[in-house]
Amino acid sequence: MATPARKSRVFRNLNAKIAAVPMIFCSMVVFLGFSIWTVVYSFTSSKLLPKANFVGFDQYERLWSNSRWLVSIENLMVFGSLSLIFTIVMGFTLAVLMDQKIRFEDTFRTIMLYPFALSFIVTGLVWQWVLNPDFGIQGIVRGWGWESFAFDPLNNPKLVLYGLLIAALWQGTGFVMALMLAGLRGIDEDIWKATRVDGIPTWKTYIVVIIPMMRPVFITTLVLVAAGIIKLYDLVIAQTSGGPGNASQVPAMYVYSYMFQAQNLGQGFAASTMMLLSVLIVLIPWAYLEFGGKKHG
Amino acid sequence: MADATVNGPHANAAVSPRGAKPTRRLSGRNIMIYGTLAVVCLYYLLPLWVMVMTSLKGMPEVRLGNIFAPPLEMTFQPWVKAWAEACTGLNCDGLSRGFWNSVRITVPSVIVSIFVASVNGYALINWRFKGSEVFFTILIFGSFIPYQVMLYPMVVMLRELGLYGSLTGLVLVHTIFGMPILTLLFRNYFASMPEELFKAARVDGAGFWRIYFHIMLPMSLPIFVVALILQVTGIWNDFLFGVVFISKAENYPMTVQLNNIVNSVQGVKEYNVNMAATMLTGLVPLIIYFISGKLFVRGIAAGAVKG
Repeated sequence: MATPARKSRVFRNLNAKIAAVPMIFCSMVVFLGFSIWTVVYSFTSSKLLPKANFVGFDQYERLWSNSRWLVSIENLMVFGSLSLIFTIVMGFTLAVLMDQKIRFEDTFRTIMLYPFALSFIVTGLVWQWVLNPDFGIQGIVRGWGWESFAFDPLNNPKLVLYGLLIAALWQGTGFVMALMLAGLRGIDEDIWKATRVDGIPTWKTYIVVIIPMMRPVFITTLVLVAAGIIKLYDLVIAQTSGGPGNASQVPAMYVYSYMFQAQNLGQGFAASTMMLLSVLIVLIPWAYLEFGGKKHG
Repeated sequence: MADATVNGPHANAAVSPRGAKPTRRLSGRNIMIYGTLAVVCLYYLLPLWVMVMTSLKGMPEVRLGNIFAPPLEMTFQPWVKAWAEACTGLNCDGLSRGFWNSVRITVPSVIVSIFVASVNGYALINWRFKGSEVFFTILIFGSFIPYQVMLYPMVVMLRELGLYGSLTGLVLVHTIFGMPILTLLFRNYFASMPEELFKAARVDGAGFWRIYFHIMLPMSLPIFVVALILQVTGIWNDFLFGVVFISKAENYPMTVQLNNIVNSVQGVKEYNVNMAATMLTGLVPLIIYFISGKLFVRGIAAGAVKG
């Protein structure tokens, strides 16, 4: 501490700076550096090894004319919008029900939230079994005598996304419910009293007063869920492995197979850059709302 | 359910004054609420029930039919087989191998990541230096970047360091990608502690590490528990990093091995063994979940708390 002439500013709080080295490394080298590296190399013709011979947008042209990629994007859009709508609507509805001063609240919460502790691999494998055409739901209903009953989403290219959706909602809605419930509990008691005095019906209070007040919670949930959807990988691997055929491919699987299996790095980089871009599309408006708003307010 | 209408709202209001609603004793409303919740709970519980029941049946009984029915003849053989005999490729020593691999990955990863992040959060609050908040902001935004974008450069870096495919490498990866959420968690917690405490210690001549170990650490045990829960479940459940950064199949973590066992195309499918294996893999996070209760909720909600 008592160094003569207090050397320079660099050495002040030296321990704290050493403690912050991992953070500086993570933020600058990994998050910033690695991402830029990947984006830059997505403009090269790298195959087995990354090589710096730039070919402009060639990889992207190839990417967007690859049917497997197009299917992945379409799946992501369909699955993403459905799962966003369902998780938020279901999560909010359940939170409202839980907020009615019910008994056994803790029991209900425990039941709704436990799937969130499980991995996507476990989730996918369980639902693969429940939806098994011979032994699962379809088999049982047929066993009851309804021979023509058909419910086999995992082997039907048109329905496979709904099969994934059932599993994804099972795993994730409890978490959204917990977030929403925390938001509901954060609302001032007086608001409820005021609306009651005014004679506004409960359902209308929720729509007109409570939901607008919970805007930050909704936005946070939206961003968290959307970011999770773009990363969707494990669940598909476990439940359908991308099948039947290519019907349930997602971008993260495309990236993995081109990067680590097909040894076509350039394609992998281009595809992952597109994933980054889609996250930015979600993130930038949110950051603008969050931090741009703070300066004014 | 009947007494819920009798003393529900009023009795509860005394205990927890949250989100009050008009107190109607109309049972129609309650039937709707509890009915809906019961149906929803059925959806949540069904897979767990099916998983456990299937894993306790013999294969002939599984083939006979109803996956929802409890076993007529209960057997623990599938569990034994899943743990000790199930095959992935040439290895036939069951999921126990993956279990111990996961333990070897999870324990050091959790310790290292929590230590690094907590010291970092402490430095961010009490030892601010120029630019520290900028790095922190990048770190938080970085947590939204899909891992796929950083995977390959990470492989290159680990290869250069001679750590690719090793356990140490994977521990490093988990530490790096655990940084944003954990740092946020600790930073926010330390920010809520009275600053006078820190100042008094400084006046008494305590340095950076002394204050950390003697004041901050003992005073923030709850948040360490939250971080522990978060990291153990997160790392145990990881699949992607295990697949990418472990090069030898015999070192695969439990989730990867489980997927290889269940989704392997060779051989006759033994659904009961598969479900026992799935149950075994889910058991660690489930036990943590049921023991930790509300702390778990706090841990997962931490991701939603903004700095």
